[in-house]
Amino acid sequence: MITGTPKPIEEILEMVEPYDNIIVAGCHGCVTVCRVGGHKEVEVLSSTLRLARESGGSKIEINELSLERQCDPEYVETLRPLIDDYQAVLSIACGAGIQFLAEKFSKTPILPGINTGFLGVTERQGEWSERCQGCGDCVLHLTGGICPVTRCAKQLFHGPCGGSTAGKCEIDQNVQCGWQLIIDRLKALDQMDNYLKLKPYKGWDSSRDGGPRRIIREDMI
Amino acid sequence: MKSGSNLEKVLEAGHFSVTAECGPPRGADPEHVRKKAAFVKDNVDACNVTDNQTSVVRMSSLAGCLLVKESGVEPLIQMVVRDRNRIALQSDLLGASAMGVRNLLCLSGDHQKFGDDPQAKNVFDIDSMQLINLARRMRDEGVFPSGDKLEGAPKFYIGCAVNPFADPYEIRVPRLKLKIEAGADFVQTQCIYNMDTFKRYMEDTKKEGLHEKVKILAGVTPLKSAGMAKFMNKFVAGIDIPEEVIKRVADEPKEKQAAKGIEICIEQIGELKEMEGIAGVHVMAIEWEEKLNEIIGGAGLLPRPVVE
Repeated sequence: MITGTPKPIEEILEMVEPYDNIIVAGCHGCVTVCRVGGHKEVEVLSSTLRLARESGGSKIEINELSLERQCDPEYVETLRPLIDDYQAVLSIACGAGIQFLAEKFSKTPILPGINTGFLGVTERQGEWSERCQGCGDCVLHLTGGICPVTRCAKQLFHGPCGGSTAGKCEIDQNVQCGWQLIIDRLKALDQMDNYLKLKPYKGWDSSRDGGPRRIIREDMI
Repeated sequence: MKSGSNLEKVLEAGHFSVTAECGPPRGADPEHVRKKAAFVKDNVDACNVTDNQTSVVRMSSLAGCLLVKESGVEPLIQMVVRDRNRIALQSDLLGASAMGVRNLLCLSGDHQKFGDDPQAKNVFDIDSMQLINLARRMRDEGVFPSGDKLEGAPKFYIGCAVNPFADPYEIRVPRLKLKIEAGADFVQTQCIYNMDTFKRYMEDTKKEGLHEKVKILAGVTPLKSAGMAKFMNKFVAGIDIPEEVIKRVADEPKEKQAAKGIEICIEQIGELKEMEGIAGVHVMAIEWEEKLNEIIGGAGLLPRPVVE
């Protein structure tokens, strides 16, 4: 899923400062699962904003709503009948959702209520960690199902570097060495042969380095 | 000869080789490099010039190499893949070769977290293994990775680093094998203090016959004090200083600890000289270049051979 973290309330208050009638828009997709942008968070954030504004003597009207997905035109369009009644939308969807609203509603300021994080997994309640950078050219079949681009701080294709100590990365004792994980897994799968191959230079053109990306599936159009 | 460098000539002639390193300054003062080079001169076969080591910004490695060369010392350019993409790396390889730098050490580079710009964007477009291969293909095949022909191939004696003390141990020899396959001509190891682990590493290296395919230069760093030893052991990833080594330094009074550090280093070089498969030593006297003559001379490695 796409993860995220709430923006500091001070930053949000500063963003909504010019407005007294806004929508706080959640999303039922990834951000609901990682508990940063679902309807529950819409309610909590809206109450906090109302209270803060009231105590500052400048009340704010908030319409609390959540879309099924902010990254899908079908659901985004459900906002159209009411959008002109509000001065701004504070979206707590991921960066894709926020931008999609901005694209569809050109006259309304769309404000980010969260900082979008990474493509990751739920380790346990309250803890998420990164797994994928969406580089567009997956090599997981060669690396025991563990991604060197994401899990190695240096994105090495022939790791680990000399900074790997007792399974930990040189950057932080709390970060696992991605290549230690890869090697452990290759050994368990009896696939160490994969390690002993010189890998070609990675083509980063399929990643964001190649410019904004687009997928067109002719079979679906 | 692959590169015609002095280091290559000395090693290929079968001499026990000596390299050292100079860290360029945190500024634009060329005198800093010249002073260090004067301490290095005549004590080594080539001198590494580090590339923004520990991600702390310094004068560029290429500029440092040229200053070292002007001072009459053969330079060895260190190149990390942390800060430059393959376009910049290729370009710097061509530039370094054009300016007469004939030795190259390909490295990943410490993560930028350790430097003075921890918020910098890192590059890691290719890794050190791939840089070795890139330099080898440019040299031997005369082509860019794109396949386009070079107008003059860069001539480098190509080196890599190994750290026998990093984890997981079992991958260290296979990884060296891969580096040799990629095109490494020589190896400089991480600072060795734990001779037991290093001996085991060399045994495993020899089992694979790798010491016959690549020239292995054993890395040593004299300890200035017990404090330095403890600090390195605790905070520098991949450094392993056994307690007994620290104790030998710590047992001396403060003013005699440096001399003890040098004595241990000389002793260690003596032991390394006798080890099968070791082709030389890489003496990293960090900010202590003035002691190189004492250490290298003390180890009986002077004068350096002249190979035509």
